[in-house]
Amino acid sequence: MGRGRAEGAGEGGGGVMIANALFFYLFAGLLVASGFMVIAVKNPVHAVLFLILAFFNAAGLFVLLGAEFLAMILVVVYVGAVMVLFLFVVMMLDVDFAELRAGFLKYLPVGATVGVLLLVELILILGAWVTAPEITAQAPTPPLAEISNTRALGQILYTKYVYLFEAAGLILLVAMIGAIVLTLHHQRDVKRQSVPRQVGRTREMSVEVVEVETGRGLS
Amino acid sequence: MTIGLSHYLTVAAILFTLGIFGIFLNRKNVIVILMSIELMLLAVNLNLVAFSSFHGDLVGQVFAIIVLTVAAAEAAIGLAIVVVYFRNRRTIDVAEIDLLKG
Repeated sequence: MGRGRAEGAGEGGGGVMIANALFFYLFAGLLVASGFMVIAVKNPVHAVLFLILAFFNAAGLFVLLGAEFLAMILVVVYVGAVMVLFLFVVMMLDVDFAELRAGFLKYLPVGATVGVLLLVELILILGAWVTAPEITAQAPTPPLAEISNTRALGQILYTKYVYLFEAAGLILLVAMIGAIVLTLHHQRDVKRQSVPRQVGRTREMSVEVVEVETGRGLS
Repeated sequence: MTIGLSHYLTVAAILFTLGIFGIFLNRKNVIVILMSIELMLLAVNLNLVAFSSFHGDLVGQVFAIIVLTVAAAEAAIGLAIVVVYFRNRRTIDVAEIDLLKG
């Protein structure tokens, strides 16, 4: 239970606590299961759909943690934009995905070794760390009853961290321009307007005075 | 039945490991590798938000927004590169992307 929400949860008593725990286990279980399916299924389209399910469950966990704004951002931006982009690319590319899975079992032992080692290390760290007692919050979370998470986040994002926010916008701009420049390609046999040729046209290039003999025509 | 910080950290650790595992398993398919990276970034975000909530500090959520931005930019650029590469070489097999060998 977050410190920012501790007062609100105290009134609800045991029922809220049990519901909180049940929803945590539901979201966490589905999150880990769909995360596993993302890397295990054969069809990449199904993998993208499981990734969408994973993001929805992560959004549920964010709501449990009191980060409503990030949960909505995750659903709107991630599921709505990034995952649809993935889906487009997977469906657009005409790739033999079965052939790409050829070495699947060959890499299983080394992958499992590295994965299990990493997991053991992470869990060992989880059991060992403590928070230094003297640290204080840079931007203390106001209680949710007084001011909503979105408003509190906006109040520090547009004031104290405005340069970080602008940098994020710049990153998105660079990504947008980069993606457009990378994928834009001109087809050779399509006629299109050429502004420099139009502007550079002179009278000599376009108008010609021809002496026409009477009765013989131009040819 | 109290859900503590370590519960959330455990979920994030498992998710991060699944991401690493996915990169090893699907070594040939660029798109699944990108999806595994998205899983790992999601695990990092879960860590940031969990710490932010349990320490009562909003800066963690600000940082999670930045991570989300960078992840979205990375996905867009990565997929654009995959599309351009597929247009030129008709494959997205990582093992065959070796034109730049030194």
